[in-house]
Amino acid sequence: MRRFGDLDLAEDALHEALIEALVRWPREGEPDNPAAWLVSVGRSKAIDHLRRAHRRPDKEAAALRGGHVPTDDVDELAILDDHLVADDQLALILLCCHPALNHDAQVALTLRTVAGLTTDEIARGFMIDVAAMYQRLVRAKHKIRLAGIPFGVPERERLSERLDAVMQVIYLVFSEGYASARDDEFIRHELCGEAIRLGRTLSVLVPDEPEVLGLLALMLLHDARAPGRLGPDGVIVTLEHQDRSSWRHGQIAEGVVLIDRALVLRRRGRYQIEAAIAALHSGAPSAEVTDWAQIDALYKTLRRYVPTPVVALNAAVARGMARGADAGLEMIEELVAAGELNRFHLLHATRGELLARAGRITEAIAEITTAATLAPSEAERRFLERRLGQLV
Amino acid sequence: MKYMLLLADDPELAASVDQAEMMQEYFAFSQRIAESGEMVAGDALHANTTASTVRTRNGSTTVTDGPFAETKEQIGGVYVVDVPSLDRALELAAMIPASRTGSVEVRPVMEFS
Repeated sequence: MRRFGDLDLAEDALHEALIEALVRWPREGEPDNPAAWLVSVGRSKAIDHLRRAHRRPDKEAAALRGGHVPTDDVDELAILDDHLVADDQLALILLCCHPALNHDAQVALTLRTVAGLTTDEIARGFMIDVAAMYQRLVRAKHKIRLAGIPFGVPERERLSERLDAVMQVIYLVFSEGYASARDDEFIRHELCGEAIRLGRTLSVLVPDEPEVLGLLALMLLHDARAPGRLGPDGVIVTLEHQDRSSWRHGQIAEGVVLIDRALVLRRRGRYQIEAAIAALHSGAPSAEVTDWAQIDALYKTLRRYVPTPVVALNAAVARGMARGADAGLEMIEELVAAGELNRFHLLHATRGELLARAGRITEAIAEITTAATLAPSEAERRFLERRLGQLV
Repeated sequence: MKYMLLLADDPELAASVDQAEMMQEYFAFSQRIAESGEMVAGDALHANTTASTVRTRNGSTTVTDGPFAETKEQIGGVYVVDVPSLDRALELAAMIPASRTGSVEVRPVMEFS
């Protein structure tokens, strides 16, 4: 790392700091800024390690000559202040999400090093073998060291590029938790929680970056609806049928405050737009009185930032609500013609719903049947089968 | 005329021979072409698991992990640069025209101390 040139050393030092925290906090009380405390204690531990590892010959030579010997207290620790500590945390996150590392490695390293999960927990989170996850982490650290990936915060202009990668990693962790590909567990609360914690940390470290605020707002707003997303029988409840009183309204309020703060900074981006859409849903007392026209307009903007078929699919849903099923179907047909999403269950589910709303029941049943066979999780499969039962 | 000799090993075959003997052979070869004045620069690279690849399209640069996957791309030249960190090496790579017409693979050079 910038200071210690070795991620393992920094990580070991941070672990020692954590152990020290476990011993000291119950005795002395938690410090005002626990994260900063950990990093600063971690750093002094790393310095201890370095001292033990090799005493500097120049220092010893100076001692022999009777010259000035820097004492242990001054050389490194005197320059510590809160700002520097925050910088180190940000540098660590940027290092873990460096674009020269692949996405899997970025996610694994961030969860291990920044969020502090164990290799075992991360392996379980992403359904891979512990040994394979361990290898992935070793390979990533190996690459950081050998390829000379630097530890530090780049200047403003490059920082926002690098933050894009960090936000992608955080959102990836959140998305895996929000709609898991895992067969037995549709919502993975622990992954959503980790992603939100990481988003919070990032929003403290770079408080003037509107997309960072937008991402945190987006995650909070989505996660706030979690209690209504599954019925007592574990079957998915769609937005329009959710019990809105079950939503976490305090969390929604926090998300709305964050998105307002982001919009004031007047640099738009995908996460802010998505958060604005989520805020409109969260603030509406029911699906019927939702401001679909504004959501439709926001999706139109979002498609310029994120020109992917999945966003186009969501836009088609909004269009269908704002201007009627036929308008939505028109957009769906474009997607079907493009062919990229034809194996994606939600394309067929959405098309089926719009067809049903347009009164074309036979076609709707065929589409939802296709969707059910393509659904990746048990919760979604059961939901689609139940929907079929209602249509037949 | 200058030639770049890009050494590509089959990892399985390379692992099957005696490593010390092979290193001896490399040292001997290097010494021989150095003495004959034929060597311009020669270095060993770390494994391709440490590679990063830079592409520039429509003015925006992407960095990916690993060596270039497009098999139709051919090695057309090489630079050896000495910079403080990977970030600077990636910046330089993005300035090379090949990052627009193909890609530039950035590989750390081994240092023997």
